[in-house]
Amino acid sequence: MKPLIEHLHVLQYTLRRLLLTPNATLLNILIIGIALSLPVGGYVLLKSMQALGGQIAGTPQISVFIAAGTSAAEIERIGEKLKQHAAIGRIEFVPRELALNKLQQSTGLADVIGGLSQNPLPDAFIVFPRDDSVKALEALRDEIKAWPHLEHVQLDSAWIHKLEALLGFGRMAVVILAALLSFALIAITFNTIRLQILTRREEIEVAKLIGATDAFIRRPFLYFGLVQGLLGGIAAWLLVAGSLLLLNYQVGILTQLYASDFSLQHLSPADSITLLGFSSYLGWLGAWFSVSQHLWQIEPR
Amino acid sequence: MIKFNQVYKRYPGGHEALKNLSFDIAEGEMVYLTGHSGAGKSTLLKLVAAIERPSSGGVLVKGQNIRSIKPAAIPALRRNIGLIFQDHKLLFDRNAFDNVMLPLQICSFDHREAGKRVRAALDKVGLLDREKANPIALSGGEQQRLCIARAIVNRPTILLADEPTGNLDTEYSNEIMNIFKSFHQVGVTLLISTHDESILRQFPARALHLKKGELQA
Repeated sequence: MKPLIEHLHVLQYTLRRLLLTPNATLLNILIIGIALSLPVGGYVLLKSMQALGGQIAGTPQISVFIAAGTSAAEIERIGEKLKQHAAIGRIEFVPRELALNKLQQSTGLADVIGGLSQNPLPDAFIVFPRDDSVKALEALRDEIKAWPHLEHVQLDSAWIHKLEALLGFGRMAVVILAALLSFALIAITFNTIRLQILTRREEIEVAKLIGATDAFIRRPFLYFGLVQGLLGGIAAWLLVAGSLLLLNYQVGILTQLYASDFSLQHLSPADSITLLGFSSYLGWLGAWFSVSQHLWQIEPR
Repeated sequence: MIKFNQVYKRYPGGHEALKNLSFDIAEGEMVYLTGHSGAGKSTLLKLVAAIERPSSGGVLVKGQNIRSIKPAAIPALRRNIGLIFQDHKLLFDRNAFDNVMLPLQICSFDHREAGKRVRAALDKVGLLDREKANPIALSGGEQQRLCIARAIVNRPTILLADEPTGNLDTEYSNEIMNIFKSFHQVGVTLLISTHDESILRQFPARALHLKKGELQA
C-alpha cells in the first residue's frame, strides 16, 4: 500500500511538472504525436488496401470462357475434363445469365447492362488450381488453352501478385518509418530529460548526499518520460483519427461514383492500445537512457 | 563508530590530501577536527560520508569499510549520517519545511508522521515560525540551522559538520554549538570541523588537529 501511494505521489508530481511548462510540454507532445502518426497512418492505409484486395479476389483462379454456340453436352464434357484434371482442386460453373446478374449487382453498371438487348457474356468455368505458384498456374492455363470450344482462358493471379508485392513494399516502408521515428521519440525524450536533470542538478546532488537511492532519483524522470510518451501516443491517435475522418469523407464521395462501400478502416481497439503502450514504453526508455547517463556524470566521487 | 587506519588520500595530479591517518571515534563521542583551511578537514569528512574513497588504508564507519563499500549500500549508510555543509546546500525552489522534509521523502516515511518529525526538527533549531519561508529569505545563521534541522530529521547516529560556524558571529556560533551539545547529550556521535579556537575553549572536547594532511599529536 505504501509504495503504491508513493508512486501516486510521483505521478502527481510529474503531472504538475508537465503543467508547469505548458508550452514546452505541448510542443513535445505534438512532435511525438506527429512522428508517431506517420507510421501509424501508413499502417492504417495498408490495412485498408489489404482488405480491399481480399474483397476483390482471394485465391488465384483461372477463368475458362466457353465459345458462344457450344452445346450443353459439350459444356458438360469440358466440366468433367476439368474436374478430373490432377492439378485442379475445384471448379465452379458460372452460366452466362448468372454472370450477367452478378455483374449487375457488384459493379454498379446496372444502367448500362439494362440497356443491352442481349446478354454479351459467355458461359464460364472458374478453376481453382491446387498449386497457386505463378509457374504452375501459367502451365495449367497454357494446357487448357489448347482445348477445343474455348473462347478464352484467363489467369487472374498476376495482378494479385502485383498487389501483394506492392503491399509488401508498403509494409517494409512503414516498418522502416516506424523504426526511425521510434528513435526520434527516444531522442526527444532523452533531450527533454537531459535539460530537466541539468536544471535540477543541485537537487539531485543534495538528495544523493542525504541517502537517496538511484531508483528514488530516477523515478520522477522515468514517470515523466512515460507520461510524455503516452500523451504523444494519444496525440498520434487523434491525428490519425482526424485525418481518417477527413479522408473517409472524400473517399465516400469517390466510392459513391463507383457504387462501392469501400472506406478506410479506423484503428482497432487492440491497435490503439498497442500504439499507446508502445509510445509510453519508448518515452520511458528514452528517459531511462538519459537518467542513467547523467546520474553517472554527477555521481559524487 | 568511526575508525581510520593508515589512511591516505591522493587526488589525480599527485596532491596528497591525507597522509597516514589513524584514529578512533567511539559511539556517542564528540570530536573536533581542527586545522587551517587546506589541511584536509573536508576531505576527511567526505571519506566518512562515503562521498570519496580513500586511496589506501581502512575507513570503517558503523562497521562498513568505505574503501570497498558497494554503491548500492551507500544510500543506507548515508541515512545514518547527518551531513551539515559549510555552504548549507539548501534547495531554493521550496520552503524551509520542504527542505527538511527531503530526507524523510527519500526513505519513504509515512506522510503524517513525517510532518510531525519535520516540525520537531525545526523546533529544535528554533525555526518553527519560519517553516513557510524560502531559505533565500533566511539569514546566514538561520540557513545553517535549517541545514542542521535537515541533517537531524531522520535521527542519524552520526553527525558530520563541516565548519558549521564558519561565517557566523559569536552569538550565532554559540547557539549552534548549544544545539550540537544537546545532540551529544542524547548519544549522537559528532565530528565537527572548525578553525574557530574560541569554540574549543567554550565547548571543550577531544580535538584532532590536522596539518597538511597529517595528524598532529
